[in-house]
Amino acid sequence: MTTLILAEHDNTALLGATARTVAAAKNIGAPIHVLITGHGVSAAANAAAKLDGVEKVLVADHESLAHGAAEPVSEAILAIAAAYEHIAAPATTFGKSAMPRVAALLGVMQVSDVTKILSPSSFERPVYAGAAIETVEATADKVVFTVRTSAFDGVAETGSASIEPVGFSPTARTSRFVSRESAAGGGGVDLSSAKVVVSGGRALGSAEQFTEILTPLAEKLGAALGASRAAVDAGYAPNDWQIGQTGKVVAPDLYIAIGISGAIQHLAGMKNSKVIVAIDKDPEAPIFSVADYGLVADIFEAVPELTKAL
Amino acid sequence: MKIFVPVKRVLDANVAVRVRPDGSGVDLANLKMSMNPFDEIAVEEAIRLKEAGKAETITAVSIGPTQAVDTLRSALAMGADAAILVRADGPVEPLAVARILKALVERDQPDLIIMGKQAIDGDSGQVAQMLSALVGWPQATYASKVEIEGTAVRVTREVDGGLETIEMDLPAVISTDLRLNTPRYASLPNVMKAKKKPLEEIDAASLGVALEPTLKIASTLPPPARKSGSKVETVAQLVDKLKNEARVI
Ligand SMILES: Cc1cc2nc3c(=O)[nH]c(=O)nc-3n(C[C@H](O)[C@H](O)[C@H](O)COP(=O)(O)OP(=O)(O)OC[C@H]3O[C@@H](n4cnc5c(N)ncnc54)[C@H](O)[C@@H]3O)c2cc1C
Ligand SMILES: Cc1cc2nc3c(=O)[nH]c(=O)nc-3n(C[C@H](O)[C@H](O)[C@H](O)COP(=O)(O)OP(=O)(O)OC[C@H]3O[C@@H](n4cnc5c(N)ncnc54)[C@H](O)[C@@H]3O)c2cc1C
Repeated sequence: MTTLILAEHDNTALLGATARTVAAAKNIGAPIHVLITGHGVSAAANAAAKLDGVEKVLVADHESLAHGAAEPVSEAILAIAAAYEHIAAPATTFGKSAMPRVAALLGVMQVSDVTKILSPSSFERPVYAGAAIETVEATADKVVFTVRTSAFDGVAETGSASIEPVGFSPTARTSRFVSRESAAGGGGVDLSSAKVVVSGGRALGSAEQFTEILTPLAEKLGAALGASRAAVDAGYAPNDWQIGQTGKVVAPDLYIAIGISGAIQHLAGMKNSKVIVAIDKDPEAPIFSVADYGLVADIFEAVPELTKAL
Repeated sequence: MKIFVPVKRVLDANVAVRVRPDGSGVDLANLKMSMNPFDEIAVEEAIRLKEAGKAETITAVSIGPTQAVDTLRSALAMGADAAILVRADGPVEPLAVARILKALVERDQPDLIIMGKQAIDGDSGQVAQMLSALVGWPQATYASKVEIEGTAVRVTREVDGGLETIEMDLPAVISTDLRLNTPRYASLPNVMKAKKKPLEEIDAASLGVALEPTLKIASTLPPPARKSGSKVETVAQLVDKLKNEARVI
């Protein structure tokens, strides 16, 4: 019995989601191999070899894998899948795009967005935007799953796994990469692994005010910036800052919701934060039902005051 | 060009979800059901491609109980041309949904499939990728922009870290993200017209796809409740609590 994990990296560095997925997979109790797919990825492979609990790092290096296209990435996994009982990836847009393909071609279901591993065949996962938690049992002899990374703390970098190349030649019809546009940085702090998140809603009123009001607070706290869907739709914040059922799921030590009403779809992305602060002028706003500390106030006065007080 | 749009009947996004206390599932009895919001976006995108002269016919497909006809009629009222109901009464897992769609794709030979990135009930986010793999077509998940030029389709995708643009040759599969478009409301005359549009009914069993779930749902329970918090009166009080009580700053 061995577990294979698809690594998430940006060709130079390994992303934190990988260490968190390894942490989740340790609960299965089997040896762990990590697969790096990409082109010119030795730095990422070296980083993966240091992750505690990893026995072996496999590297599929090919031009077609350079931009993380789901079609060749899933083929690279399938090429070595026979040796593994469990195949997992972080539930990031990269992992989520590739893994259902692997599952379908193996003829098994994927268990999506696992938040807890109860046994090698039993998993917890949220459904209905987190309004319910399902316990699912996989009955097939292969289990494909994605990991909700906010539910697990990453493993330490104390390991020293071996690194081995694996051959790969693509055959599937595939998409062609054209370009990539990075989101304007939110103070350089990664939203998925931030200890503090400052998140803004529709109340911010404009992209300028979003930056003007929230950035100084985020900088003081070393926080990442997040947003509600309404704020993203209105163009106040880039799409990958969206927190919620259909955006990112975060669970920082401190989440500060500013002018966000707290729709269930938003709560789905942040209600497992350790401490939640809400600032909103409507005392009835549903965000207060999950907030540890609620402040009923005008954000344009309260937030600058808070920034100053810190 | 022929477009397929799979649409799922789900609990309406604005209805509060009630989890049955015995862990047996979510209560759906007598509650408002609607088309999955991402599928509405998919229908809208297909209609816009048709209006732009890039597509000829749009077929909506739903797999589910007889009531899924309502969901298909909604797609027809928005502007789809024809609909297929694949009748299945029990729960159908994403893999079985993808296999059923594959059987229909082989039969009807569409050039493009546009579907939701996730259904808001199961939140699995799998069917589009599974279908793409099973039929061997390229995929573009999380689309926020779709442009068709001849037999090529260019898609901007919402990915972690920003936006990615990719290109595919048709036939291909696209899954929709929220910001692709804002779906139209069906006008009353169109709702009436939809009743006359062709709607084919097929029995899922006749497609030779195994429907028995392979994931056993042992229980469905409410998430652990958060202990209720308190209101603070001033910013100074908030800072004090965060420093001395919660100790997070
Ligand atoms: C299928 C689907 C998926 C969705 N996915 C997501 C998702 O992933 N993430 C997400 O966030 N949403 C999602 N939504 C949208 C969600 O339902 C809400 O519409 C959205 O979260 C609202 O954003 P908001 O709280 O910023 O805006 P609003 O609900 O408009 O709230 C604004 C708040 O600001 C307060 N306010 C206004 N002015 C001030 C002021 N000067 N000072 C203090 N307070 C002020 C108001 O009292 C109000 O509470 C989804 C919806 C659907 C249907
Ligand atoms: C024993 C058991 C009991 C279950 N009970 C329930 C229950 O009570 N309620 C419930 O909602 N689920 C239930 N499920 C889960 C359900 O059957 C599916 O597994 C799950 O809802 C499908 O995942 P998804 O819709 O999230 O797929 P996704 O992959 O998230 O769907 C993505 C897209 O695929 C398309 N699509 C998906 N399904 C269909 C469809 N049927 N027809 C047409 N297009 C579709 C749509 O375009 C959709 O946007 C149960 C499952 C099992 C095994």
